[in-house]
Amino acid sequence: MKKYLLWAITWGLIGIVLLMPPAVVVVEALKNGLGPALETLKDPDGIAAIWLTLEVSLVSISVNTIFGVLAAWLLTKYRFPGRSALLVLVELPLSISPVVSGLVWLLLFGAQGWWGPSLEAAGIHIAFAVPGIMLATLFVTLPYVVRTLVPLMEQQGCDAEEAAMLAGANFWQILWHVTLPGARVALFSGILLTTARAMGEFGAVSVVSGHIPGLTETMPLHIESLYNGYQTVAAFTMATLLAAMAMSAVLLRSAPEWIARRRGAQA
Amino acid sequence: MQRAFSSFVRGGNSALPGYKLSLAATLLWTGFFIILPLIALTLRPWQDGIGAVVNELHDTRMFAALWTSFSSAALAALFNIPLGMLLAWALVRGNLPGSGLANALVDLPLALPTAVSGITLATLYGPQGWLGAPLAKLGIVVAYSKPGIVIALMFVGLPFVVRTVEPVLKNLPRDLEEAAALLGARPWQIITRVVIAPLVPALITGFGLAFARGVGEYGSVIFIAGNQPFHSEIAPLLVVVRLQEFDYSGATAIALILLLTSLLALALVGLARRKFSVWGDGA
Repeated sequence: MKKYLLWAITWGLIGIVLLMPPAVVVVEALKNGLGPALETLKDPDGIAAIWLTLEVSLVSISVNTIFGVLAAWLLTKYRFPGRSALLVLVELPLSISPVVSGLVWLLLFGAQGWWGPSLEAAGIHIAFAVPGIMLATLFVTLPYVVRTLVPLMEQQGCDAEEAAMLAGANFWQILWHVTLPGARVALFSGILLTTARAMGEFGAVSVVSGHIPGLTETMPLHIESLYNGYQTVAAFTMATLLAAMAMSAVLLRSAPEWIARRRGAQA
Repeated sequence: MQRAFSSFVRGGNSALPGYKLSLAATLLWTGFFIILPLIALTLRPWQDGIGAVVNELHDTRMFAALWTSFSSAALAALFNIPLGMLLAWALVRGNLPGSGLANALVDLPLALPTAVSGITLATLYGPQGWLGAPLAKLGIVVAYSKPGIVIALMFVGLPFVVRTVEPVLKNLPRDLEEAAALLGARPWQIITRVVIAPLVPALITGFGLAFARGVGEYGSVIFIAGNQPFHSEIAPLLVVVRLQEFDYSGATAIALILLLTSLLALALVGLARRKFSVWGDGA
């Protein structure tokens, strides 16, 4: 009896705290039916926001994956002075407020920033333009690939790499054919976390974007504009789409596990 | 000194190729994306002179906003401790029906983009919301006031508590609870002395992580907060307001305080865990 009471309390709490919010997103989007909801997605500013979000995510994934892999190699295959300081530094963006992550780029490239005015004079626009949005997103997503790779590559040790080296392989061959195949799942997971965060980032991007509809609005910023403009159905439709994109990236991390389990079941 | 330098240049004792390349790439990457912004953040408040910094310290609106952020983050993290412990316990020991779904749902606040959480919580707890309307009938106002901030921070902070408590609870031998019962311990004694005591370091960690996240949280809070200066305005929002007023020094001063508080909270977590650790470092 006591057991059922505990189950009821737990599921009640899960329902209120964790299940209701995603339900609200979908219900609000479909308030007037599916047709009006889909109609709102035809808005050119909304389409521009979706494209910008995909663009920014792609840049963040490419840059932070390439540098993340090289940094993970450096941090796990060598012991050198300053290594632990680098480890702390690489994780720092995770403990910085999103707003501050945007602010730092204004201090460097804003109208009153250190280099903003001279770059502006040379015709290079960073703050309140797409490059600023990219910088802010690159900053907040910097840690994910490194921090998922480091524990795994640390565990792998260096034996296979040293053997490959003695067999005459060069750096890229070792990285590509020896180290990364073993770290595939962790790398995949880090890339997916980068993707989810890049698509959903709001605070950092909001500070540097300038909120120009159709030009510098990503999906989260466009959701804010729509919501504040009382276009509830449009706001929640875009929110449903964004949440679905970010959450499928997060859930996809379990895919290698499912595949392995199914293969195991067949064998 | 010279030995440390030569070790830094050669990459310690490892003979693996690629040290210089990966070192150069990592220094370039962290230098531009982390060290440079940190330098700008640290130097900017002093750029307009000492007078500007002193002036900043007389800004009562800033202190009100910082107080709102710190107190709401602390309250939310505190409320999350029993809630997170119950969820972790249900996931590990409760044989909860549908525990696979419950397990996935626990990570939802981390996966949901903050702007989506923000407009959703504001709607859910708003005057016409599923939860806001019945609460309003009871005379409880959540949205557009301080309780709304706490609710939003509880939502984003919950996974941190559950996910730090869960692994420790999993490693706790179940026999201990049975042994305590056989020795005549009352259920209450078992919970406080046998289950909760070894969880203390994990609870402190969960509290610290949730607090550090809550202090800087922006997107999930601003829609539900009401954002009235001196009352329900959070510090990250005041950073944005100051930037819109082109008061870069003022914005940076608040940003620095926020950053130092998060780092201090995380450092204290590390210290406290070592001090209260009963079963070794399990979390």
